[in-house]
Amino acid sequence: MNDWLNNALFGWYPYVALTVFLLGSLLRFDHSQFTWRSGSSQLLRRKQLMWGSNLFHVGILAIFGGHLVGLLTPVVVFDTLGISHTFKQLLAITFGGAAGVACWVGIALLAHRRLFDARVRNTSSFADIAILLVLWAQLTLGLATIFVSANHLDGSEMLRFMAWAQGVVTLQPGIAGLVADVNPIFKLHLFLGMTIFLVFPFTRLVHVWSAPIWYLGRKGYQVVRTTRSVTGRPKAAVAAPKAAAAPAPIWVPQPQPAVGDD
Amino acid sequence: MSHFLDRLTFFKKQVDTFADGYGVVTNEPREWEDGYRKRWQHDKAVRSTHGVNCTGSCSWKIYVKGGIVTWETQQTDYPRTRPDLPNHEPRGCARGASYSWYLYSANRVKHPMVRGRLLKLWREARATLTPVAAWASIVEDAGKRASYTSKRGLGGLIRATWDEVNEIIASANAYTVKTYGPDRVIGFSPIPAMSMVSYAAGARYLSLLGGVCLSFYDWYCDLPPASPMTWGEQTDVPESADWYNAGYLMIWGSNVPQTRTPDAHFYTEVRYKGTKSVVVSPDYAEATKFADLWLHPKQGTDAALALAIGHVILREYYLNRSVPYFEDYARRYTDLPMLVRLVRKGDAFIPERLLRAEDFADNLGEANNAAWKTMAFDQDGQPVVPLGSVGFRWGQEGKWNLEAKESGGREVALTLTLAGDNPTARVSFPYFGGAATNGFKATGHGDVLTRNVPVRNLALKDGDTLVTTVFDLMCANYGLDRGLGGNNVASDYDEDKPFTPAWAENITGVPRHHIIHVAREFATNAEKTNGRSMVILGAGLNHWFHMDMAYRGIINMLVFCGCIGQSGGGWSHYVGQEKLRPQTGWVPIAFGTDWAKPPRHQNGTSFFYAHTDQWRYETLDVAEILSPTAPDGDWSGSTIDYNVRAERMGWLPSAPQLKQNPLTVAARAKAAGLEPKDYVAKAVASGELDLSCHDPDDPANWPRNMFVWRSNLLGSSGKGHEYFLKHLLGTSNGLLGKDLGAEGRERPQEVAWHDKAPEGKLDLLVTLDFRMSTTCVYSDIVLPTATWYEKNDLNTSDMHPFIHPLTAAVDPAWEARTDWQIYQDIARAFSEIAPEVLGRETDVVLTPVLHDTPGELAQPYGVSDWKRDGTTPVPGRTMPTVTVVERDYPGLYAQFTSIGPLLEKTGNGGKGIGWDTRHEVEFLRALNGTVAAGPAAGQPRLETDIHAIEAILSLAPETNGEVAVKAWEALGRKTGRDHTHLARPKEDEKIRFRDVIAQPRKIISSPTWSGIESDKVCYNAGYTNVHEFIPWRTLTGRQQLYQDHLWMRAFGEALVTWRPPVDTKATAQVQGRHANGNPEIVLNFVTPHQKWGIHSTYTDNLLMLTLSRGGPCIWISESDAKRVGIVDNDWIEAFNTNGALVARAVVSQRVNPGMVMMYHAQEKIVNMPGSEITGQRGGIHNSVTRVVMKPTHMIGGYAHQSYGLNYYGTVGSNRDEFIVIRRMNKVDWLDGTKPTMQKETVA
Repeated sequence: MNDWLNNALFGWYPYVALTVFLLGSLLRFDHSQFTWRSGSSQLLRRKQLMWGSNLFHVGILAIFGGHLVGLLTPVVVFDTLGISHTFKQLLAITFGGAAGVACWVGIALLAHRRLFDARVRNTSSFADIAILLVLWAQLTLGLATIFVSANHLDGSEMLRFMAWAQGVVTLQPGIAGLVADVNPIFKLHLFLGMTIFLVFPFTRLVHVWSAPIWYLGRKGYQVVRTTRSVTGRPKAAVAAPKAAAAPAPIWVPQPQPAVGDD
Repeated sequence: MSHFLDRLTFFKKQVDTFADGYGVVTNEPREWEDGYRKRWQHDKAVRSTHGVNCTGSCSWKIYVKGGIVTWETQQTDYPRTRPDLPNHEPRGCARGASYSWYLYSANRVKHPMVRGRLLKLWREARATLTPVAAWASIVEDAGKRASYTSKRGLGGLIRATWDEVNEIIASANAYTVKTYGPDRVIGFSPIPAMSMVSYAAGARYLSLLGGVCLSFYDWYCDLPPASPMTWGEQTDVPESADWYNAGYLMIWGSNVPQTRTPDAHFYTEVRYKGTKSVVVSPDYAEATKFADLWLHPKQGTDAALALAIGHVILREYYLNRSVPYFEDYARRYTDLPMLVRLVRKGDAFIPERLLRAEDFADNLGEANNAAWKTMAFDQDGQPVVPLGSVGFRWGQEGKWNLEAKESGGREVALTLTLAGDNPTARVSFPYFGGAATNGFKATGHGDVLTRNVPVRNLALKDGDTLVTTVFDLMCANYGLDRGLGGNNVASDYDEDKPFTPAWAENITGVPRHHIIHVAREFATNAEKTNGRSMVILGAGLNHWFHMDMAYRGIINMLVFCGCIGQSGGGWSHYVGQEKLRPQTGWVPIAFGTDWAKPPRHQNGTSFFYAHTDQWRYETLDVAEILSPTAPDGDWSGSTIDYNVRAERMGWLPSAPQLKQNPLTVAARAKAAGLEPKDYVAKAVASGELDLSCHDPDDPANWPRNMFVWRSNLLGSSGKGHEYFLKHLLGTSNGLLGKDLGAEGRERPQEVAWHDKAPEGKLDLLVTLDFRMSTTCVYSDIVLPTATWYEKNDLNTSDMHPFIHPLTAAVDPAWEARTDWQIYQDIARAFSEIAPEVLGRETDVVLTPVLHDTPGELAQPYGVSDWKRDGTTPVPGRTMPTVTVVERDYPGLYAQFTSIGPLLEKTGNGGKGIGWDTRHEVEFLRALNGTVAAGPAAGQPRLETDIHAIEAILSLAPETNGEVAVKAWEALGRKTGRDHTHLARPKEDEKIRFRDVIAQPRKIISSPTWSGIESDKVCYNAGYTNVHEFIPWRTLTGRQQLYQDHLWMRAFGEALVTWRPPVDTKATAQVQGRHANGNPEIVLNFVTPHQKWGIHSTYTDNLLMLTLSRGGPCIWISESDAKRVGIVDNDWIEAFNTNGALVARAVVSQRVNPGMVMMYHAQEKIVNMPGSEITGQRGGIHNSVTRVVMKPTHMIGGYAHQSYGLNYYGTVGSNRDEFIVIRRMNKVDWLDGTKPTMQKETVA
C-alpha cells in the first residue's frame, strides 16, 4: 500500500469519520428528535430476539469496553500496574474472543431474523439491514485477527495499535505510518471500524448515545417537572417552596351554584 | 435553542426534592410533549354519528384541525333522565371511535371509477352515437356485454369524471325504462334509520323513475315474522333504558355487551338494583358474564326450551291456581278467549279458523265486515262480538278499541275456558319432533298427537259446529293434563311428553330443574310486579328457519304473564336499526309520494331467491315441512311455486312485474277499450300479459340496472354469495352444487325451466360507497360518496328516543359527493338524456294487498288462486292492485328537487290513519323557499340535504308537536277515544335540524309507534295498546297467539310448536369429493355478529384489524378441532354445495361441539387467500349459505298477515346450514396467478 493511501486511510480518514460521527449525531439529535430511536422490532416478533439480542448486546458491550480501555489507556498505566504486554494480549484474545463469539452468534440470529422473517424484513429500512451486515462483517474480521495476534503474543502489534489510536485522539495525523505494515486483516478491521463511526449518525446506532445509564444512579422515584413557561423554555431554577412554609389549606370553600344539577 | 445543549445542564436540572428525597422536581425541557399535544389540538368539534346498522346511534364529537378530521370522542351532553334512572351516557364503542381512520385511508373511494372495458366501449360508441343509442349498442351486442360483465370482481376499475359516469348511468336507465320498463331498474339500500336522507336520495330518484326499492329487514333475517303475526307490528321494542325497570331479565340469543355495547351499561346497572339475570346461549358468549343462571341449550332448540317454560307457567299460574292479573290481561289483551271452529279430519277434529260474526244466521247484527269480526263467549256463555277486531277498523268509526265491551256496547268479561260442564272432543295436533337430522334429537311421539279439548256446539249458518277457545287449544297444545282424559298430556313435569320440562331436557340438554326454576321465577316476578319480566332476544334465534317457533314460544311466556306493554317488561328484539322514528315525515320524501303514488316495492328475499337463481338448486322439499294435519287440498309444489302463487294472488310484491313493458299497458288497455285495472285482470288471466314471476330466467324479465348504496350487499348480506356471482353478475364463482335439471330432480310447477341458466342478468351494477368494499369491487361503476363526517343527515334507533344528526365536519374529500348530491346529479343527467327516447309516459303499477289499508280484508276464509281455480282475478282481492301513474321523465329533476303537490291534495299519514298537512307544506314554502319556474313552480324547494331534513322533521308527528296532535286526533276517530293528551303538552314544539345539532332531542309521542315518550315511563312497545286501549293491528285486534290462516294451519303453525332445524342437504354431495388428505368433519355453520366490526364495516379498518386476528377466522370447539387435527390459527377450509371459504381456526372452549361460529361479514378484500377447492379468492361467510324460504311468510291479504315493506314477507334464514371443514395444506395468496378450479375427485 502506498504511503499516500495509507496516510489517507489511517491518518486523515479517522478525522473524517469522527467529525461526521460527532457533528452528525449532534445535528440529528437537535433536528430530528422523533427519529432518535433504536427502531426495535420486538413488537413484530419476539422469538429469536431473546437470544439474539441479548447475546449480541452483551458481547458487543464487552468488546466495545475492551477496545476502549485497551486502546486508549496509555501504556505507562499498564506498565506501572505491572501488567505485562503478553498478559494483556492473552487477556484480549481470551475475553475478547469469548465475547466476540457470543456476539457473533447473537448477530447471526438477528440477521437471520431480519432477513427471513417477512414482517421484520418488510418493515426494515436499507440502513437497518446494511448496518447489521456491516457489524457482522466487522465482527468476523475482529475474530479473524485472533489468529494473527496469536503469532504476536509479545503484544508488539497491540502496542502499535495503542500508539496509533492514542495518536489519533491526540491529533497526530502523521501517526498513520505506525500501522503501515500490519496484517491486511487488521487494516480492513480498522477501516471498517472507522466506517461504522462514519455511518453511525445515519443509522439506528444513535440509540447508543441515549443508553439510559443515568437511570442506575437516579435520585427520587417520582419526578415532577416544573411548569412550562409560555415560550416553552424551562423556567429559571426557582426554588420550590420549602416544607418549612405554612402548609397550604387542603380545602378552600368555593362559592356554590344555587341549584345543583347532577 | 438546542436539545443537546439543554441536556448539558446536568447539575442544574434538578431544582428540588420532596418526600425525603424520594421525589425530585426537575426543570428539564418539555418540548417533546408538543408532539403529543398537537396531535389532539383542533379548530372545531362538530356533532355527528355513525350511519352504520348497529342500533347504537351515539352522538359523537368530530374534531377538525386544518380542514382535516383528526379524531372523534363521545358526546356527553345528553339530556338527563329522571331520578332513579341512570343516564344514557356513556354511549359509543371502539368501532365508532376508529371511524375517522376511513376518511384518509387507502381504502377510501376517491374518484368515480368505471370498469375499464366498459368505459372503452362507451367512449367508442359515444364518439358516433347519442347517449341512449350508445348504451344500446353495447348491451345489445352479447360479446361486448360479456366482455365486461364476465370480468366483474377481477379488478380493472379506472377513473372517470362525474359528468361521464352520470351520463352512462342515465343512459342505461333511460334505455332500460324504454326497452323493458322502469321496474327493471332496481335499488338496494338498507336501514333508512342510519342515514335517512341518504336513503331517501336514491329511493326518491328510483321512485320518481318507477324503479324498484328492495326491502332489507326481512332479507337480513332481522325481521321476526312472529311480530307481525302476533301484534300486526313490524317490530316495536323497549328502549334500553327500560331494562332498568325490569324485575327479571332474560337474554336469549342476543349478545348485549358485544353487539349493543353503548346500551349494555343499563344491564349492568339494573343488576346492582337486584334484578335477576338469566342468559340463554349455547356458547359462552360475552353476555354470559351477566348471568346469575346460564342456560345453554343445543343451538337451534330454543323453541323447545320456551315451550317447556310455557308448560310450567300454564300449569302453575293458570290451571292449578288463578292469578287475577294474568287472567284479566289474557281476557282483555289476547285472543285466548276467542273461539275457534273445529272440523273433522280422520277420526278426530282439527282446529280450523277463528269463528266470525258472519258464521251466524243474521251476522249477529253486524252490517260492516261481519266476516272479519271474531267471536268469544261472555260471562254468561253467550256468543258476543268483542270490540277491537279488524272488522271494526275499516268501514266504520269509533269502535276499534280494546274496551271490555261487545259490539252493542255492553260490558263483558270474556270466557277463557270451556272446561267444566262442557263435553270434550279429540283434537289432533301436529308433532314435528319425531324426525330430526344432522344430530338434532328426534323423539318417538308420533306425527299427530290427539288430545281432549272442551267444546261447545253452536248452530251456525253452515250447520252445527264445534267450537272451543284459543286458551283451551293452547293448554292442550302444551300437553297439560286438565283431567279431561285422553292421551298425550302430562300431569307431571317428569313425564317425557311434549312439551314437559323432561321432554325439553332430552332435546335441549338443559336440566329440567333449571327450566322449572326459571319458569317459576319469571312468572312469580311478573305476578308481583304486574308484568315486569323481560326477555332480550335476537339473531341467535331469529336466523333459524323456524325462527317463528322460538319467538312465539317466548312471546307466549310474556303474554301469559301480562308483560307486553308494561314498563320493565316485554320482548326486546334487537336485531337491526329498524326504528325510523320520523317515518311518516320521511316516506313522501323517500318514495316520491308527494308526486306520484304508489311507489314500487319488492321484498328482497324473494327477489334474490328468484334472480340469483337459488331456486334452481332448492333442496328443501315443501312436503318435508307440511303438517300431517294439513287441511285437505293440493299442497304440492316447490318453494318458488308457493312464492309465485303468493305473487299472483297479490300477497307478495313482484318485480319486475310483467314481461311486457308497463309503460305500454295503458295503451293496450285503451286499444281494448277497457279501464287499465280491468284490462290487466283480463289480460293476465288470458295470457295476453305475462307475470314476470312465472319466468324469472327469461331475458325480458331480468333486472337490468341495479343501484347499491349504504350497503355491502355482496360482502355482507348476500346469502348465497356464489349464486349472486354466477347468475346475477355472471362472473367467476365457486359454486359447487348442480341445479335441479342437472340432478334430474323434480322441477317447479309454476315457473318455466331453462336448461341453460342465465349468467349475468345485470347490464349495470352501480355502487355508492366511501370505502372500496367487496360490493364495489364487483361493480361496474363505483361512485365516491361522503363519509358520516362529511354530510348532513338524520339517524335514529330503537335503543333510545333521541334523534341524532350527522353533520358535515368537513367537505367530502377528493371527488366524493353526498348521496343526496349524487342522485340529484344523476336525476339531472337523466332528465337531459330522457327526451331521446322518453317523454311523459303512463305507467301501470301492480301493488300487493297492503297491511294497514282497507285492502287487507281481502280473502277472509279460504285461499283463492285464480290461476289454479280457473276464476277471474279481482285486483286488490285475488290479484295485485292495479294503478295508473303518470311519469314526467324530462321533468324528473324538477320533481326530485321540490316537494310535490300530492301532500296538500291527499294529506299525509301512516299505519292506517291520515291527516291534513297543508299547514306544514306552507311552512316549508316559507322555510326552504319556493321553486320559481318550471314543472314544479310554486312548490317548496328540496335542493339541499338540509331542505330534505327540514321537510322530514316538519311533516313527522315525532318531531312536530302540531302534527302529533293531528295524528292522535285521527287515531281517536277510529278508536272512539281521546288520545291527544299524549301530545298536547308538546303541541308547540317543533324540532328542527339546528336543534338536534345543539343537543340530542327526544321525539314526541306519536300513534305511529306503540310506546310513548314521557317523564314517567321509558319507551316500551305495546304501552298504548294496554294503557290507551288501542287495538293491536291484527285480525282479532288483540295479541294473536292463534294463527288461523289456511296456510298457517297447513304448515302446522296455527299454534306454536317444536320444529327441529331443517335439512338443507348441502354436505353429502361434497364430503370426500375434494379430498386434500386431511380429515373432514361436518358441523353446523353459525354466523353471529362480531366484536370488531358492525357487519362488514370496520372489518377492513386497520385499527380494528389490529385488535382482532386481522382476517377471516372461524371459531371451533376444542373437541371438534382435535378430532380432525386442527390447531389454533391453522388455515382451514369450509365448504358445501353452495361454495367454499377459507379462514383461520380459533380453537376455543367458548364454542360447544357440533357447531362452528364465523362472525358474519368479514371482508373478502382483507387477508384472504384462495380456496384449495374453488381456486377463487376466499369465499366469504355467505359462500356456504343459500336462502331457504318458508311458505307461511308469503301469506298476504289477511289482516295482520298482509304485505308491507319490511313488515311481512319471506326472510333470509341461513342458520340451519351445515358445512364440511378441514385443515388446508396450501395457503395460496393468488398473487399474480390465474385461479383454477380443482377437479372433483370421487371418494
